Amino acid sequence: MEAFIVLLSLFALAVFLGVELITKVPPTLHTPLMSGSNAISGITIVGAILAAGSGDESSTVVPLLGFVAIVFATINVVAGFMVTNRMLKMFKRRG
Amino acid sequence: MNSIMINLFYLLAALLFVMGIKGLTRPKTAVRGNRLAALGMLLAIVITLLDRQVIHYEIVFAGLAVGTLIGVLMAIKVQMTSMPQMVAILNGLGGGASLGVAAASYFSVLASGTELSGVTLVIAKSAIMLAVLIGAVTFSGSAVAFGKLQEVLPGQVIGFSGMKFINLGLLLASVAVIFLLVNNQLGSGGFLLLVGLALLLGGTLVMPIGGADMPVVIALLNAYSGIAAAAAGFIMGNNVLIISGALVGASGLILTKIMCVAMNRSLLNVLFGKMVASDGPTIDAD
Repeated sequence: MEAFIVLLSLFALAVFLGVELITKVPPTLHTPLMSGSNAISGITIVGAILAAGSGDESSTVVPLLGFVAIVFATINVVAGFMVTNRMLKMFKRRG
Repeated sequence: MNSIMINLFYLLAALLFVMGIKGLTRPKTAVRGNRLAALGMLLAIVITLLDRQVIHYEIVFAGLAVGTLIGVLMAIKVQMTSMPQMVAILNGLGGGASLGVAAASYFSVLASGTELSGVTLVIAKSAIMLAVLIGAVTFSGSAVAFGKLQEVLPGQVIGFSGMKFINLGLLLASVAVIFLLVNNQLGSGGFLLLVGLALLLGGTLVMPIGGADMPVVIALLNAYSGIAAAAAGFIMGNNVLIISGALVGASGLILTKIMCVAMNRSLLNVLFGKMVASDGPTIDAD
């Protein structure tokens, strides 16, 4: 229970931080910002690695789900950051 | 590596994400912001691989290799004009990954007859069910958004005025199933029912929204995928997942609002036509 309260505090503080981080964003940066933070939400890859890597051998479902989760999250992370970078480079050349 | 070191490195990764998001809000620092966030992600992944809990490296490395290959190919091949669709797919995959993590946790809790008990077990189960609900809504919602942008699905407003009642009904049914699952009154059949209901809800939520409003919807779904990651963090008791998920969830909601203002639309109008109804699913998660 105590551990949960600590985690809940982290969650609440991070929510407020997230709100404060985004203030004025120029419209040209809306899509890159969305794409970049989407790549960050791929952090669930950490959960996927833990789920797949520490899965018990008693079932085949758990490692399989873990594997699929890792593949999905990796695509999200790798393509997310690369695509954001491509978008930002294009803006630079234009402006 | 011991858990203290791991958690300290996770904290560093979370700080890099904060700096990354901050950087991405200004034209001058945007490129650097993106790189800082990517560095934070790399750090988080490497540190997780060093965690003593990770035993089966074959599956992990196979997944990372397959995902990297597909991700690099997608990022190189995609046209600049198809960026909104691209973000929609990636976002859906993120939600799908959280769904996968939650489902894996559900089945391993069932199989191993967990040592958790009392309140801790209820919290763990609730976190699993919330991650399933939000992850699945993100997954199918993003898929429909992609379909509309790619013009696989018709872009115009589909549906009828009673659509929001269907959405509300699906949401209430999902919450009821979650309640029964947490109270052990339903087994894995109920779990699959929840997955099905949530996937359907994601589809019916996005289906009635017109193609022109899709960027706003994707921004909102992006916020959901952050919240799903945070819920997965509560399952695993993992601080970096909770912090980054909450950051993306909150900043995503604010960005959604900013985008609505820029497009001169109100968020409620985008989501529900002109009708004002309760906000989307489970923003109040945890």
